[in-house]
Amino acid sequence: MATKKFMYLNRKASYGTVYAIESLEVVLIAAAFEQDVSLAFIDDGVYQIVEGQNTDGIGMKNFSKTFHALGDYDINKLYVSAESLEERGLTADDLMPLVYEDEDDDWEEKPSVKVVSNAELSKIMSDQDVCLSF
Amino acid sequence: MLHTVNKSSFERNSLQSCLNAIDDTSVILLIEDGVISAANNANSSMLSDLAAQGRVYALQGDVDARGISSKIADNIKLVDYAGFVDLVVEHGTAVSWV
Repeated sequence: MATKKFMYLNRKASYGTVYAIESLEVVLIAAAFEQDVSLAFIDDGVYQIVEGQNTDGIGMKNFSKTFHALGDYDINKLYVSAESLEERGLTADDLMPLVYEDEDDDWEEKPSVKVVSNAELSKIMSDQDVCLSF
Repeated sequence: MLHTVNKSSFERNSLQSCLNAIDDTSVILLIEDGVISAANNANSSMLSDLAAQGRVYALQGDVDARGISSKIADNIKLVDYAGFVDLVVEHGTAVSWV
């Protein structure tokens, strides 16, 4: 099967709507089909990968932990909009330290999350075969 | 009256509609994605004025779920579900700005 470049645009926070968890499900499906997957977090989507989420008080599954598994599925291109972070008073330090092991570099652990400007993001987006927005 | 807002002010204008309609004695409770508006930078000056008067609340469980408990603006009071019930009892009619 031909490999295509898939980008998933995540635009909503995690627990108020089902978009975030549905996106993650579809991301894992694409990974199972060994596609070239990248994720973008823009607008309130940046809250999906904020460190320290605790859902005990709302009786919902804390699926933020699943993002740590993405590296094992060769999903290691997570782009975060710098502008969206800044608007919300967040910085890269507020995000989960997501990593992957680089098989071409003696399995060295490397960061998966990259903060990029909206201009850079639009370039990355235009390089994709498919963009799915959640 | 008690006004609940459950949408992020970055996504929808529910909070602004609520602020435009609110009287001098009503209180606002931010729930679900509405708690994003309780974080420092998301805070409008109208909301912080109300918060300074002790009239803005946010639901603790929703704040914790989003990992933003360290970012909550000054004067916004955190309540649990029991506190939510107390607000309903105390303020009578509730409006939900969905």
